[in-house]
Amino acid sequence: MNETVFFTGVIALPLLGALLATVWTRQARAIGIAATLGMVLCAGGLLLHVQQHGAVLLAIGGWQAGLGITLYADGLAVLMVLMSALVMFAASVYALKYFGSAQKHTAFWPLWLLLATALSALLLAGDLFNIYVTLELLGISAAALAALGGKREGLVSALRYLVVGLLGSMLYLGGIALLYAAYGTLNLQALATQLQAEPAAWAALLLLFSGLMLKMALFPLHFWLPPAHSNAPAPVSAALSALVVKAAFYLLLRFWLDLFPPVLTPWLANALGVLGAVAVLWGSWSALRAERLKLLAAYSSISQLGYLVMFLPLLVVLEGEARNLLLGGMVAFALTHAFAKASLFLSAGILLQHCGHDRIRELGGTTQRLPLTTFGIALAGIALVGLPPSGAFLGKWYLLDGAFSTSQWWWVIVVVVGSLIASAYVFRLLGHAFGHLKAVERPRVSGMQELPALLLALLATFGLGLGAAGIWPLVADRSGVIP
Amino acid sequence: MNVMSLINQWLPLLIVFSSFFIGLVIFFLREESYHLRTFLNLLVAVGKLVLVGFLIWGVYHGQVYEIRWVIAPELELYLHADALSVLFVTLSALLWLVTTIYAIGYLENSPHRSRFFGFFSLCVSATVGLALAGNLLTFVIFYEFLTLATYPLVAHKGREEARKAARLYLAYTLGGGMVLLVGVIWLKSIVGPLTFVQGGILDTLPVDVHDELRWIFLLLIIGLGVKAALVPLHGWLPKAMVAPAPVSALLHAVAVVKAGAFGIVRVVYDMYGVEFAAELGVLLPLGIAAAITIVYGSIMALFQDGLKKRLAFSTVSQVSYIALGASILGPLATIGGIVHLVHQGIMKITLFFAAGNYAETLGIHKVSEMNGVGKRMPLTTLAFTIAALGMIGIPPVAGFISKWYLGLGAMEAGALGWVMPVLIASSLLNAAYFLPILYRAWFVPAAVDWPQEKITSGRYGETRAMLLWPPLITATIALLAGLLAAMPFSPLEWVELIAAREYR
Amino acid sequence: MTINLLTTQELYVLSGVFLFTIGLWGTWLHAHYVRKIISLNVMGAGVFLILIALAYRGKDLLPDPLPHALVLTGIVVAVSATALALVIIRRLEDERDE
Repeated sequence: MNETVFFTGVIALPLLGALLATVWTRQARAIGIAATLGMVLCAGGLLLHVQQHGAVLLAIGGWQAGLGITLYADGLAVLMVLMSALVMFAASVYALKYFGSAQKHTAFWPLWLLLATALSALLLAGDLFNIYVTLELLGISAAALAALGGKREGLVSALRYLVVGLLGSMLYLGGIALLYAAYGTLNLQALATQLQAEPAAWAALLLLFSGLMLKMALFPLHFWLPPAHSNAPAPVSAALSALVVKAAFYLLLRFWLDLFPPVLTPWLANALGVLGAVAVLWGSWSALRAERLKLLAAYSSISQLGYLVMFLPLLVVLEGEARNLLLGGMVAFALTHAFAKASLFLSAGILLQHCGHDRIRELGGTTQRLPLTTFGIALAGIALVGLPPSGAFLGKWYLLDGAFSTSQWWWVIVVVVGSLIASAYVFRLLGHAFGHLKAVERPRVSGMQELPALLLALLATFGLGLGAAGIWPLVADRSGVIP
Repeated sequence: MNVMSLINQWLPLLIVFSSFFIGLVIFFLREESYHLRTFLNLLVAVGKLVLVGFLIWGVYHGQVYEIRWVIAPELELYLHADALSVLFVTLSALLWLVTTIYAIGYLENSPHRSRFFGFFSLCVSATVGLALAGNLLTFVIFYEFLTLATYPLVAHKGREEARKAARLYLAYTLGGGMVLLVGVIWLKSIVGPLTFVQGGILDTLPVDVHDELRWIFLLLIIGLGVKAALVPLHGWLPKAMVAPAPVSALLHAVAVVKAGAFGIVRVVYDMYGVEFAAELGVLLPLGIAAAITIVYGSIMALFQDGLKKRLAFSTVSQVSYIALGASILGPLATIGGIVHLVHQGIMKITLFFAAGNYAETLGIHKVSEMNGVGKRMPLTTLAFTIAALGMIGIPPVAGFISKWYLGLGAMEAGALGWVMPVLIASSLLNAAYFLPILYRAWFVPAAVDWPQEKITSGRYGETRAMLLWPPLITATIALLAGLLAAMPFSPLEWVELIAAREYR
Repeated sequence: MTINLLTTQELYVLSGVFLFTIGLWGTWLHAHYVRKIISLNVMGAGVFLILIALAYRGKDLLPDPLPHALVLTGIVVAVSATALALVIIRRLEDERDE
């Protein structure tokens, strides 16, 4: 019974919050905090439940698969749900003081909570069509939030973001139409057992994956990400970069693990891996060249998603325990990136408000006046480079371990070069903290903004670096096929 | 009694993290709270030394200290106190206390002191952590942590030059760290858990992976060689001299270069096992690299007029004695190499303290400005002299012991042909770059004015007391370590114990 | 799909694929955002057509309700997305006029 409450909670609380915040605009902030906090608690409860009892399937209203809506939570899904709840909550606390005008708050909270709803629903969706609906909901609320910045540049990139999102969804929809034509069902469970290596499955895979690759900004479909993520308001940037692209990646992974195994070939995996490798190198290189902090963070997201895709070629060749280790490492990497990148964007927002710009060259004095924020940036940077202790270190460890044990040493070179460029862009940023600068009077920054950023960074480094051991059993017990 | 057993159980963790947490507290102290900061610094430095005392006593009586924490499947943080780690921990804790006192005196009135002492404490945590690391994973984690904690110290002065040096330092050390990590993961994918065991754990592996093991050895040595400043990976070290004197002292004597050297010792003795490494044929290349570094560093030191630069190249040269000792098969060479880990630290820190005193008191930065400084600052110069003579290898200072055992070890291993010339050449070169300094300081009359006299000699001596005492203390220790080498609990005795266990 | 395909159904599916393709092509080709939005809607119409055609189960049987439900939902989603896009485009136009 409990799990039904948790299941419903993570989706219904933010949805209810969104409705209430639309009507009751004065209390929008309180509603937002309450709803996201509730999400964290429910997600935590769901995680504990799955940890003890294994994966859970819920048919809403008792309607069985086919007509009804099914929700499905396994270890992978609940970890992602908890991740997104935590990031949304931290960014909500941050947003309390971030937006100056009441008008901005009125526009922000309903959309924000809708985004939270879409995320939870997407991560827990049990069939392909619900995934389509949540994917659209996610894309629309994300684009609307990205447009909140209001400046022309922001509007243009939000529009492009929306169009790209729609295109991705259409490709996805085309893919599921094909699957329905071939197998007569869209339920993940049912499809997983029926899918065979045949042209229809191939074509569906192509459409689904290209839609998702567009949405997760995998090289060479990444062009829309940097402007969209860097022009949005800080909490929105945090959610977009940490969670929304990751939701697309999560779907890719889920289909990879559960749906398409009969169709997958090492060739396909290697092709994706190569795209990931190029994304790693190109993304980090662009981040190194970026002049603004938010652009740096956005480019870094492209490279971090590239790492995640690089796990796939090893995932198809490894078996048994080695595969589980790799999968856990991948999840640890994804979680770390979410927390670290959210933290970095929140910190960037603080710097932007504090000194009116985010040009990296001129940030020196600011970083000295805001030690907590600088500390947070440093920790987030450590996580992005993949230095210990951080979940990304564990992720890279297993990635390299897998590459060595399958003698695919070229991935090793990519990881090494990518990490070195990453440390170059992180320390280019931090190096400015040591200059001598004259003191200038600046607006004060609220601790309510500095603290969430710092806590997220701590979670990415010490939290996941030292306390991530629980991830592996959660991810490993998945049989590969949904029960 | 209950409290004692609790402390015993947590002792390694306390030793590593006491300075970590105090460091975090110090970060957030206001710049003006001088007394509180000084109190905390000294409290934790003395406290750590006391804890290390417990540790020595315990290890000597066969108590096992270990702590494990699983961070992911097959990956375990493992702190373990064995004889070798106790040696390094003791060295770090002792020299850290002295350096803290020195740094408090040195940084009086300079900006960003809270930041400085914060990172200073983190840096010691990292050093002690890698000393107590019981497996390669833990070692790598603290090794990277050390890089991150020392970077702000090198950049501390904030001028363009300092930031440039810090960037270079970071490029070298992070690059090295990455190579080390790749080597470690490669090794792990072949062997499994990489626990340090005296005598090594790799000799049971089948012959067909031996080639891979050779490549991995190369990667590990490159990764560690960056910090140990093996030529040609030493480029960061002379540049890093822009850091404040206490940082240079710490970097050169205990923390960074020693971390590299200590890592090489660990890899050779406790991962590969020196006998198995010799069988693989990887020791000779290591020895040659060390020999080249020794001679090259000494030659470069000859041509430096900057005092700190000269000391820096001397470090490049001297630290490689440790690698040289590790590369020669036989207990005597092992003793010579490992004991030099301690001896070099004590002597080099004395030299840097003295150099800092010259700069801080009289504005002397160059060898050519040192004429007659012995009359103005006799005690500092005396300490400098003792340490310099030790570096050359003149008995009874500690450095003599190291060189003596290295020579004996080479003879025992039949490697006299190439080791002896290196030892002789480097000793001659050491003399050639240290003796002129001593000559200038004691016998050449002083110029009319010092470059920039900041502290006048007064009632309390030639400079501030907190600057004067540390070099005197360490010089005394360097002398005693040589004179009393045969006494129980001397570094030499302790190292003989380690060597005896390695060659069973 | 069974072998006894009806030509009408085939025609619908093929038209759907055709619409989908020209929609995709148009999204790629046009720089102006209104045209991109229209193209996306054409693409959507293609998929909906395919789904509706798939629902047909022969003369004597009622059509499969599931694809119909999907198409209805899809249309709602497409309308709201289009609305949002148009609002943003409108805002941009307003800014240019000012």
